[in-house]
Amino acid sequence: MNAPSSASSRRPPPAVLDELDRRIINALQGGFPISDEPYREVAAQLGTTEAELLARLQRLLDARVLTRFGPMFQIERLGGRFVLAALAVPEERFDEVAAAVNALPEVAHNYRREHRLNMWFVLATETPDGIAAATARIEAATGLPVFAFPKLREFFVDMRLKA
Amino acid sequence: MSSALPPDDFERRLIIATQAGLPLVPRPYDVLAEQLGVDAALVKTRLAAMLQGGRIRRIGAVPNHYALGYTANGMSVWDVDDARIGELGEAVGHLDFVTHCYERPRALPDWPYNLFAMVHGRDRDTVLAHVEEIATLLGAACRARDVLFSSAILKKTGLRIGGDG
Repeated sequence: MNAPSSASSRRPPPAVLDELDRRIINALQGGFPISDEPYREVAAQLGTTEAELLARLQRLLDARVLTRFGPMFQIERLGGRFVLAALAVPEERFDEVAAAVNALPEVAHNYRREHRLNMWFVLATETPDGIAAATARIEAATGLPVFAFPKLREFFVDMRLKA
Repeated sequence: MSSALPPDDFERRLIIATQAGLPLVPRPYDVLAEQLGVDAALVKTRLAAMLQGGRIRRIGAVPNHYALGYTANGMSVWDVDDARIGELGEAVGHLDFVTHCYERPRALPDWPYNLFAMVHGRDRDTVLAHVEEIATLLGAACRARDVLFSSAILKKTGLRIGGDG
């Protein structure tokens, strides 16, 4: 399950992973088969059993080493929008503003960063119109101007992280 | 973005059924098909078509950076010559420590940067060393730069489709 974690800073310590865990994570960041018994196919490639692979995936999800296992939808191809945005929040108002921003369901991620623009969040909406509405709500709720940084161009990256 | 097409009814139901994850059972697509009241062949055909058309980026595991020991995360930002950003952005995106790379609008006078490259590393010094590699690659085309480290995750959920998330 994709457990929500809207609580304050949540940084699990690096997990203890054995060699098979690492191979599973490195091999499964894409390319999962669309077939009758996909786990069995992948298990065979990794030299393990389907039951072992399923148990390990469940454990990695439970331990939050994996945040999710499944299809990653390209929301922009589906008509939705992602926009990176930032606020310059006065330090004494930081917690209050974070709560107001996080309260919006359109806010998918929010990070504190070390800069005058110290709050950086991603607005994710099912339609393009949703972004302007969410921005207006944040400005009304916080009294702060939202700096929006919509992407003009995405450069190809290989997003896989080595475990 | 011209190829954007909203999800049809079946795609929408498929997204809602799988956005928490794929069932961890030997025949996951059969389980989805049963939930959706359709044939498993339809689920597989539609998923394959969405993957083919780029409506699904990929199917697999999303690791938690922190759990894998990538505890330092720096958003490097660059003011790059507009005439060269296409070529240089491609090159930066291909560096193996860059996990996202975008051209974004400047917000002058507060924000002169137009290239954003997210760098993950096992510690801050590693990230800073990677940022220097980017600086070398950009050379004289880069007029100003900064790197913003994250000091707290305030929220992390992802887009929820379906309205009641």
